[in-house]
Amino acid sequence: MILIPCPHCGDRNSSEFTYAGEVHSRPSPGDARQGPWRDYLYGKDNPAGWTEERWFHGSGCGKYLRAERHTVTNEIRATRPEVGAGASSRTRP
Amino acid sequence: MRRATRAGGAPQRYSAASLFRHGLTHEDWERVWRTVEMRRSYDAVVIGAGVHGLATAYYLASNHGMGNVAVVDKGYVGGGGSGRNTAIIRSNYLTPEGVRFYDRSTRLYENLSATLNFNVMFARRGHLTLAHTDASVRTMRWRAEVNKLEGVESEVIGPDEVKELVPFMDTSTKTRYPILGALYHPPGGIIRHDAVNWGYARAADSLGVEIHQGTEVTGISTDRGRVTGVTTSRGAISAPVVVNCTAGWASLVATMAGVRLPIITHPLQAAVTEPVKMFLHAVVVSGSLHVYVSQTDRGELVFGASTDPYASYSMRGSLEFTEELATHVLELMPSISKMRVLRQWAGLCDITPDFSPIMGVTPVDGFLVDVGWGTYGFKAGPAAGEAMAELVATGKTPESIAAFDLARFEEARLVGERGAAAVGH
Repeated sequence: MILIPCPHCGDRNSSEFTYAGEVHSRPSPGDARQGPWRDYLYGKDNPAGWTEERWFHGSGCGKYLRAERHTVTNEIRATRPEVGAGASSRTRP
Repeated sequence: MRRATRAGGAPQRYSAASLFRHGLTHEDWERVWRTVEMRRSYDAVVIGAGVHGLATAYYLASNHGMGNVAVVDKGYVGGGGSGRNTAIIRSNYLTPEGVRFYDRSTRLYENLSATLNFNVMFARRGHLTLAHTDASVRTMRWRAEVNKLEGVESEVIGPDEVKELVPFMDTSTKTRYPILGALYHPPGGIIRHDAVNWGYARAADSLGVEIHQGTEVTGISTDRGRVTGVTTSRGAISAPVVVNCTAGWASLVATMAGVRLPIITHPLQAAVTEPVKMFLHAVVVSGSLHVYVSQTDRGELVFGASTDPYASYSMRGSLEFTEELATHVLELMPSISKMRVLRQWAGLCDITPDFSPIMGVTPVDGFLVDVGWGTYGFKAGPAAGEAMAELVATGKTPESIAAFDLARFEEARLVGERGAAAVGH
């Protein structure tokens, strides 16, 4: 079990959250090339080390957050609220 | 290609007579495989000494006479997913290409002891996938029909027949998730996974393949889009073909060659209980309860579950897992509540977007992948090895794995096995 310091609710068990994966920037909707969109959909860095990822606090504040987590030790060194279009629970994937 | 020969004569054959002779004379058993100096060049380098890597090397040597092959592993033979899985063999998948592929593997497993001259203890036990919802009954029917069309024995049975096969199962309607039926797959069974690894290692070694344990690949060298070899913790090796047969580290190894894979690595935990007298013959799986259970020939119950819900390379077990597992297993078989869990462990699963593996060529010439095996890699080892060996030797992708190529993600030809690949997805 990982303890996740939610920027809104404080330290909570990871079972309250849904893992939403690595942070990837979406290509511009005006970009019709296949490559960037394919990479956005399927490409993964899947690093063994520090990574920035999104979590959804479904059993808490209902908001997305960003976390910097080490994928080998599961240590979390920083979290911050998600900003912009992806922050609201209404856009939950 | 050089014809494979073994330095120091033919390997010792195992048989009842040789066992008897050893029992009488107490002479030393020969080492199961050799430890040799690493050379600077091979016809092919296989990364990962698990069942996929060793099977690929074995079939290269046995089916194609290509014995000048090195299998390198940063750990030891069968120390990754091949020694951490729950050793279940089955072929009752959902897509025709999946069913055909896993059926080939099941058939190779059935005769593997004779092929490798090594007892892999395959036991055909029958495999039950329980359905607790109308939706899963529908998927079971679908799977049963696809299986029958492909010539694989599978049928949907009712709760009474489940009770007959597994008398200890609670098939009443008083449970939280009553059993509505099950997909019964008689050819399914279990095997001793360590023996499979050792058997392939020994057989490959006897045909000239070199196994280098404790040899970590630190880089893959390429020249104008073609692979030229690997650098390892024990020096560089040049080879025209490099096959990535790793699990857990598949993305990291592929990145060394500049290939980006659609893989997320999740840990999957498993546990065994203390051994008891044989009471559970069939392999029992419940997707809704996220659990699968079988009893080994030693009498231990082996449990597996769904993958941990976030990406990680950590192989530590969690209390959360054991608690959840116990709750779900007792829901199925309340009578085993006094049994004690002896140990738990975790392995790494490379999950792809369509719950199907990635086998074949990559944009880098000569760099081949046999990765993305998620939670279903062990049962596929022999068929994957056979097909990858054919690809290495002939340069042509065999029909059996054509659907599982890396390019499918570009061309929107995903092979949707989500409904049959594992539990709890």
